[in-house]
Amino acid sequence: MSGKESQSAHAYTPGLRVTPLFRVRKTRRLPIPGEVLVKEGDKVNYDTIVARTNLPGDIRIISAAAILGVEPDELMHYMLKKPGDPVKKGEVIAKYRAFFGLIKSEVKSPVDGYIEHVSEVTGQVILREPPIPIEIDAYVPGIVTKVLPREGVIIECAATFIEGIFGIGGERHGEIYIAVKSPEEELTPDKITPECEGKIVVGGSYASVEVLKKAMEYGAKGVVVGGVDFKDISDFLGYEIGVAITGHEDIPMTVIITEGFGKIRMAKKTFNLLKENEGELAAINGATQIRAGVIRPEIIIPKLEVNPLELPIEEEVYVGGMQPGTKIRVIRAPYFGALAKVVKLPIPLQKVETESPVRVVEIELEDGRRVIVPRANVELFEW
Amino acid sequence: MVAMERRYDLSKLDVSKMQVILATDVGSTTTKARFFKKINGHWRFICAGEAPTTVEKPFEDVTMGLRNAIREVEELTGHKILRDDGQGIIIPYQGENVGVDLYVSTSSAGGGLQMMVAGVVKTMTAESAERAALGAGAIVMDVMAIDDGRPPHKKIERMRFLRPDMILLAGGTDGGTIKHVVEMAELIRAAEPKPRFGLGYKLPIVYAGNKDAREHIKKVLGDKFELTIVDNIRPVLEVEVVEPARDAIHRLFMEHVMAHAPGYHKLTEWVMAPVMPTPAGEGMMFRTIARMWRINVLGVGLGGATTNVYSVYEGKFVRTVSANLGMSYSICNVLKEAGTKNIMRWLPFRVDEKELRNRLANKMIRPTTLPQTLDDLMIEHAVAREAIRLGFEHHKQLARGLRGVQRRRTIADIFEQSLEEETYIDMMNIQLVGGTGGLLSHTPRRVQAALILIDAFQVKGVTRLMCDSIFMMPHLGVLSTVYPEAAMEIFERDCIVKLGTCIALDGHAKKPGPAVKVTAYLPDGKVVEKVVNYGEIANIPLGDEETAKVIIEPSSDFDVGMGKGKKREAKVWGGAGGIIIDARGRPLKLPEDFETRRKMLISWFKALNAYPESILEVEEI
Repeated sequence: MSGKESQSAHAYTPGLRVTPLFRVRKTRRLPIPGEVLVKEGDKVNYDTIVARTNLPGDIRIISAAAILGVEPDELMHYMLKKPGDPVKKGEVIAKYRAFFGLIKSEVKSPVDGYIEHVSEVTGQVILREPPIPIEIDAYVPGIVTKVLPREGVIIECAATFIEGIFGIGGERHGEIYIAVKSPEEELTPDKITPECEGKIVVGGSYASVEVLKKAMEYGAKGVVVGGVDFKDISDFLGYEIGVAITGHEDIPMTVIITEGFGKIRMAKKTFNLLKENEGELAAINGATQIRAGVIRPEIIIPKLEVNPLELPIEEEVYVGGMQPGTKIRVIRAPYFGALAKVVKLPIPLQKVETESPVRVVEIELEDGRRVIVPRANVELFEW
Repeated sequence: MVAMERRYDLSKLDVSKMQVILATDVGSTTTKARFFKKINGHWRFICAGEAPTTVEKPFEDVTMGLRNAIREVEELTGHKILRDDGQGIIIPYQGENVGVDLYVSTSSAGGGLQMMVAGVVKTMTAESAERAALGAGAIVMDVMAIDDGRPPHKKIERMRFLRPDMILLAGGTDGGTIKHVVEMAELIRAAEPKPRFGLGYKLPIVYAGNKDAREHIKKVLGDKFELTIVDNIRPVLEVEVVEPARDAIHRLFMEHVMAHAPGYHKLTEWVMAPVMPTPAGEGMMFRTIARMWRINVLGVGLGGATTNVYSVYEGKFVRTVSANLGMSYSICNVLKEAGTKNIMRWLPFRVDEKELRNRLANKMIRPTTLPQTLDDLMIEHAVAREAIRLGFEHHKQLARGLRGVQRRRTIADIFEQSLEEETYIDMMNIQLVGGTGGLLSHTPRRVQAALILIDAFQVKGVTRLMCDSIFMMPHLGVLSTVYPEAAMEIFERDCIVKLGTCIALDGHAKKPGPAVKVTAYLPDGKVVEKVVNYGEIANIPLGDEETAKVIIEPSSDFDVGMGKGKKREAKVWGGAGGIIIDARGRPLKLPEDFETRRKMLISWFKALNAYPESILEVEEI
């Protein structure tokens, strides 16, 4: 091995943000253009409706020509309503009579709505039901700092902010409830009590599917834990997750893992921050997207006494700046989950056990052992 | 339609005078620049530059990442490429290490080209439309057909949920009924799917159906969508014409989708030829190889998120993409589709199922990590075999003859009716199998890549094997649209890594014993004779610059392309694996019992020196 070393180097994997005070910016956007209900500078609570719109109504397709027994290109002659006309449920929209009324047939609207289209080729009438209103709330209490005309708003708040590595389930609110004594401790079924109702239950290193199910039965809003077995996620959901795009699962409780899959001690810093906020109201979201436009699950504990606008804006997750002494976490076998400090950053590629020549970093584990790992297998992590 | 500024007239380019070429691929995570130069009359790859892609917030301008990647090339070569005003590339080459003669690019950032296709009959026009969209490099989000089993409202619900970049609508033969294809158009109109990027523009639709329905289609879709009409994809049942639809998709990708995708407009102004979806570039290169060498080719692009399989078989090109089979982001989907048992069957050690699942899930959430231990490496290689196998299964479903065609049947055909459903790809008739993607290009021992390709595709007969040296196939593919000779020269000299040639026996023997005798006439004049027993693998070393004549004499149970027990003579190329003689039989059978299987796997790995001995001694991890 050559003695050459870098003074500093970038970590390949961005670290997860775990910070006591952070300027959280949330974009709340409608799926299609609509109306924004708040204005810049407004203070909002987590349940304030900030924007609303109407999704186009459902479609009903009626084979009108077939019902009337006429050719599609004749259908127009028998229509009592034309495209754009409103119709009521049960209202006759097309009628056919022949032989002085001896043969008659008619088409009734199965729903309230309006005629969208009458086809002379297929003989179909397309009805559209009334629009479906949808609303979006603020999700976090804070200040509206920007209005995106017809689309939504940006809300900012000062908060303790913790990113997890993977989650399931969408946006929820609840009080932080610490169910274990230390970050090493497992969240076992006996620690799930009726007290968990409406709470965000914080465990230590691991929760089994029994624990998740019990917490859900007791009405917990969320479970935050160091690790779970990947298989238990499937057992909990009733189906297997193939791609890490989550957040839309149809479950009443959100689950966030902070470290990874398996039994892994929750990082002390994360655990302590949560513990300091025990009893506080938090907004959580399990939505995770690993590919293109990374989204990590989040725990936001608003600090209403702090003006978010006085905090600095941080656009990016801090990446890089690895140098001797930097604290890191190993994110792959054989030291998966280990916390360590950077010792050296050798420049030449080195062969690891697989025989692949890779960029490496020499690290000192918590027990004092010095080992070499690929740089791709560490992330910056304060511990 | 958005009119794009085209500053370069490709027809006026004199490629013979070119000296310097730059090609880039704007991938979903990394932007990769490849720099080529003519040296002593030959085109060569000079160096690569890479940087994170900047398609998303806060940057939203791919040219930032592009500049960083190109700057790396500038630093490594001392060749100035970027304009000082930040407005693109210095074109043409000015001599004295300044400028390039040609700049081309592919892109898959932001999820690539995502399409929905629709047709009338699922197995006929909808399938043709799917082939056309896939061939154009798209990810097909859904295939809708009148007879796909979903009621109209379900189809509408689904269309609304999808936010495609483009829709391809086909249906009906020219002169046939127009009712059904118009019905499908009406469903699309009713669903009014929104484009993925931007709320304020019309979604492009390519209509490639019954030409008699065109006026009706215009009436139904013309006002709400950006409608392009091209020749019918199935003018008659017996013929499939995918090119007009494919070309229209490429044009709309450049002019419409790229123009609206955040951060892309500048790139479309910088390049000299239309930007191609990355898989279209990769596919283009496999087609060029097949055409130039006049062979049938199977290729695989095994990526982090997707597995692309390409076949060029007797001139027919088919590409399929398994959008959710990959080695990092989608690794758990391989686990889901293949099951733990199928992954574990490739491992010579026991692993706890729960542990295996956790390891793969941890790779999914931290996709850029690398295997450090041999057991981790072997697990990844096992997953790779399954991802390619599943991708190839999927491919075979689309690489088949046109359905719905009336055939004159004989009594024999009636007994073989199911054949109509099968692929036309005969592995015995595939002369080259190629692989690209991070895992295949970076196996610590090249022979590992050879073995992965052999096992996953189950090659038969005499098959040459290769992989991409450093991800360069898409670059060369898009280059081949302007300057195929340069692309092929670079491919042969710098892109291709020969992994050897596999001689694989089709069939099985009833008892152990000699299955084949191979006599190799090596370039140094030596003649090597090797007899390989049934169930075993062996090899004869042959360097990657070398070729040899071989005479293959299978026993009466086996076929190597000439019929059971028939001798075959062939010319083979060398590489990391040399001449690999695979006498394990086809289809490949792995014993259910762990101990028996373990012994077998170890003997195969040892025969090819595929993995260090240390890991082969481990029984359990």
